[in-house]
Amino acid sequence: MNIHNEIRVIFPSLSCNEAFARTTAGAAAAQLDPSAAEVIDIKTAVSEAVTNCIVHGYRDRQGNIEMICRVTDDNTLYIRIRDKGCGIPDVKKAMEPLFTTASCEERAGLGFAVMESFMDSVKVNSTVGKGTTVIMKKKIAAKEIYTAAMSRREGADEELK
Amino acid sequence: MGINVTEEEGRVTAQLSGEIDHHNAPELRTEIDNALERVRPEELVIDFGEVTFMDSSGIGLVMGRCRLMKDMGGRVIVNNTPSQIKKVMKLAGLDMLTTIC
Repeated sequence: MNIHNEIRVIFPSLSCNEAFARTTAGAAAAQLDPSAAEVIDIKTAVSEAVTNCIVHGYRDRQGNIEMICRVTDDNTLYIRIRDKGCGIPDVKKAMEPLFTTASCEERAGLGFAVMESFMDSVKVNSTVGKGTTVIMKKKIAAKEIYTAAMSRREGADEELK
Repeated sequence: MGINVTEEEGRVTAQLSGEIDHHNAPELRTEIDNALERVRPEELVIDFGEVTFMDSSGIGLVMGRCRLMKDMGGRVIVNNTPSQIKKVMKLAGLDMLTTIC
């Protein structure tokens, strides 16, 4: 697996940067010619990861968030999002759907569930007092395969009519 | 992100537009809740027809309004939901709490 391209951005943990981060990740993904649905999946997962850094990692203060987007020659987008915030004491528990430590802010506790559902893989490394790193990967379906699959599906739909 | 709230007897309609995330969800929440307090409707319709992006912050927004409307003895209807947003809502099980069209 060779790296085609890699971008690295560092931005402050301000909520207005959630849109910046997902737009940047969407632009990085564009190099792999993804479908509109794949772009939205990636943007949603990034939005969740960056929101977690802001809401949980840097709960009482402001810090920096680093995001690396890497495009590899096997048509895969690799995203690493890292904060140097408070860390997560129990990663397994934090990844359970509906678990949140910010219920008073109407957080749904679905951040990790959304990331896992919309990306191919999600890994979380965290150390209390040092911060959290989320690594996500998504393989972008090659257009010719996607087009062939859609044609087959349309053909099957026609047969059902 | 934008919101247009229409109030009529028994119903409040909130037409949302643009992107919904943790940055702007509180503003939407305040606008909707102010209308609910004024009208105390039987029905809250949240229209997602013009929404181009939503993460789980939008789920929190809808769940919170469902709770509020339940306390008022009313219900929430989620309308004109784009397919990608419906995907996030279904993942959250929101379709078991309210009607999603």
